[in-house]
Amino acid sequence: MRVNGAEEKLDVEPWVSLADLLRDRLGLTGVKKGCDQGACGACTVLADGTRINSCLALAVQYDGKEITTIEGVAPHPLQEAFVRHDGLQCGYCTPGQICSAIGMLAEHAASGADPAALDEAEIRERMSGNLCRCGAYNGIVDAIKDVTR
Amino acid sequence: MTTTETERATAPATYVGKPVDRVDGRAKVTGEARFAAEHHYPDLAHAALVHAAVARARITAIDTAAARAVPGVIDVLTHENAPAMKPPPKFSPLDLSTFVSATSVNYLATDEVHWNGQPVAVVVAETPEAARHAATLVRPVYQELPAVLDFAAEEPNAVPQKGNLLQESEADKGDAEAALKTAPVTVDLRFTTPPYHHNALEPHATTAVWDGDRLTVHEGTQNIAWLRKHLATRFGVPERGVRVLAPYVGGGFGGKAMVWAGTLLAVLAARAVGRPVRLALSRAAVYHTVGGRTPSTQRVALGADADGRLTAIVHTSVSRTGRIGGMPEPVTAATRHLYAAPNIHLRQHVVELDLLANTAMRAPGEAIGTFAIESAMDELAWELGLDPVELRLRNEPERNPVDGKRFSRRLLREAYALGAERFGWRDRDPRAGATRDGRWLVGMGVATAYHPTLMLPANVSVRLGADGRVVVRCGLQEMGMGAATVQAQIAADELGVPLESVRVEYGDSSLPDAPGAGGSVQTASIAGGVVAACDKLKRMVRRLGRGAPGTYAEILARAGRDHVTAEVKANMPVFMIRTLLERRRLVKAACGVHFCEVRVDRDTGEIRVSRWLGVFDVGRIVNAKTAASQLRGGIVMGLGMALSEETLVDPRTGRIMNPSLADYHVPVHADVPHIDVHYLDEPDPTMPLGLVGIGEVSIAGVAAAVANAVRHATGVRVLDLPITLDKVLPG
Repeated sequence: MRVNGAEEKLDVEPWVSLADLLRDRLGLTGVKKGCDQGACGACTVLADGTRINSCLALAVQYDGKEITTIEGVAPHPLQEAFVRHDGLQCGYCTPGQICSAIGMLAEHAASGADPAALDEAEIRERMSGNLCRCGAYNGIVDAIKDVTR
Repeated sequence: MTTTETERATAPATYVGKPVDRVDGRAKVTGEARFAAEHHYPDLAHAALVHAAVARARITAIDTAAARAVPGVIDVLTHENAPAMKPPPKFSPLDLSTFVSATSVNYLATDEVHWNGQPVAVVVAETPEAARHAATLVRPVYQELPAVLDFAAEEPNAVPQKGNLLQESEADKGDAEAALKTAPVTVDLRFTTPPYHHNALEPHATTAVWDGDRLTVHEGTQNIAWLRKHLATRFGVPERGVRVLAPYVGGGFGGKAMVWAGTLLAVLAARAVGRPVRLALSRAAVYHTVGGRTPSTQRVALGADADGRLTAIVHTSVSRTGRIGGMPEPVTAATRHLYAAPNIHLRQHVVELDLLANTAMRAPGEAIGTFAIESAMDELAWELGLDPVELRLRNEPERNPVDGKRFSRRLLREAYALGAERFGWRDRDPRAGATRDGRWLVGMGVATAYHPTLMLPANVSVRLGADGRVVVRCGLQEMGMGAATVQAQIAADELGVPLESVRVEYGDSSLPDAPGAGGSVQTASIAGGVVAACDKLKRMVRRLGRGAPGTYAEILARAGRDHVTAEVKANMPVFMIRTLLERRRLVKAACGVHFCEVRVDRDTGEIRVSRWLGVFDVGRIVNAKTAASQLRGGIVMGLGMALSEETLVDPRTGRIMNPSLADYHVPVHADVPHIDVHYLDEPDPTMPLGLVGIGEVSIAGVAAAVANAVRHATGVRVLDLPITLDKVLPG
């Protein structure tokens, strides 16, 4: 498995989730766990560029894949935009929101859809798998809009 | 004092009031911020809880053999083998730290089960997977006991709720019931609100490390100092040897204010196995071990004359606590302050159930109480055929309605005027169900937000280095409010130095003690300490300089000093007496007004909130960016409370049936429109720097504003939260 650009040779039990592997064994604690059942999006990482809930993924399924966590995206304009637009409060959902937004923008671009179609309503719909209990949604949407301009 | 106040009045604020980026933003967007479950120690072991599956029982046997046989399991702690903890201290007003005992249960020191979900064993293992798996194999045998679990059934047995020094439980002025009988126009409504849970996105987690009698705990807590003292008491060790670290807290909202089972059991397990232990609760375990907001039933009856002037206000409530503890929720508290009336009757009742203790959740009392009073005011406006904004203006009090105390400041009239204008309130068609946009029925609603203002004293030290760098030290808690950011702004202005030169150290119990983050007290409380410490520092520097002019750096250099440090310490007894005396004559609060637009699908009943505007009278704003975020956050949580959130408790077993983010529906991106936030920015003359706490006020009134908009859109008055589509569909 390649993680944030580095080759990792790992020996893991078949029941270990990708989220636990990244957090507990590789120390990539930017991957957060909010529910451990795919309901909150805090553990979102990119697998070969596609956003996934790493808590719902078994690590062994991602043998040979390229995994990118928040630690591997920097520096990304979204990170600065999140700070500028205050798209965060406690910060716990933030890495997942940013990884998800990166994946979402790539999905939208790959679909060949008109970039102008990515308006606020569309961003909200596409980001609805990432919960923020502090309610920083306005700032998150503004940050994403900002980097797409 | 006069000199410094003059200086402050003449020196323009450079940073206070500015939308400064939060100082911890970078750590949070890069993943560098480490939360309680993210600290690594060599030899770290992992714990998982076993929860009781019955509501009330004695454990007659507990079979741990299968759990112990799981490879990697280090130990299984039960009431049969766990080391003893001291019992939780009872609340004493002489030691406010005793307030953090969340329940009266001494975990693993008793064979008694007091609620369905109570931890009855802890498994410690080499990996989290082994601990979680082994926990499922522990088999307690119960002798079940009768349990009282059904809130609705027990409501008639409710007893009067006790008040306290800071919160009266009831009020009587005139004869409200008699006035209701003779009022030309009345409404008399019964409301219900369900239990809610905080659902901070970071599940509660503790990493506990013992070194002899010394203990280090990484914990997402809203109250570092009180947690330290509580742990020292429970584990019988000196307080100075206990260190609590909480530089990042992944949301709290009241759920991390008290000390719950997981924290204690992680520390206990670490002591038992002689290794560092991490206990990261699953989402379900948070529901089973951390209390939520009480359900309520409320009656609001209003009487008015034909002009809409209130003649009677009746607001009564029933809420619940656990038999093992909990916070009686001041449900009718806001009604003490909102509207003028010659006759007012307020009562709060409570029932005790065999459920986990309830606890404070963002604006306890006001959040659910304003749903009832503000919905009833709206319904009265319908009865009178009067604009609901106008009805509120006609009843806006000059003095506190129940007792005639003065308001320290109150700008609700201005808030209504500004909000109505910005929202386009006057342009609406006031008739119910008259505004349509395709399949959508469109409605607008308005409601008032109210939350009392309190502060506590804080210990703060400020160090000025010869290099011009300033370090503010204070054990405050940061869980997303922007606490460190605003205190850095304040210190920079007080000392007249660039913001970049100020660093705030926080989130560590070895720093000077600060009050907990709760009751919207933190920002103003610590600002008071920071201002006092900066004043003291300036005096010290002036003395060093002996009146000669010069910059701080020059004065320190001339005096041969590397740094100057000023400390201020709180005098709690004096402060409490002063506070109580002030409360005899003054009422202070944060308040505001919500305007919203909803769209209700005429066929399916689906409700979408399409526009929101809030105007807040919340004293001076320190940071327009983080303040807006916090006010929006309260509104978003209020939207969940209004439309989708509800903790379902099985009334037969006491088990929470939806302990997950898949089954308990918090608002998502698609549920939240742009929220337009305005401030009146009028300093409160009685508070440090004119600041008023803003953490809770904005959730108050949200559910009523939504309900009132739904009433306007559809003609249906929904009295029971949450407002789900089945409640607005005809027939």
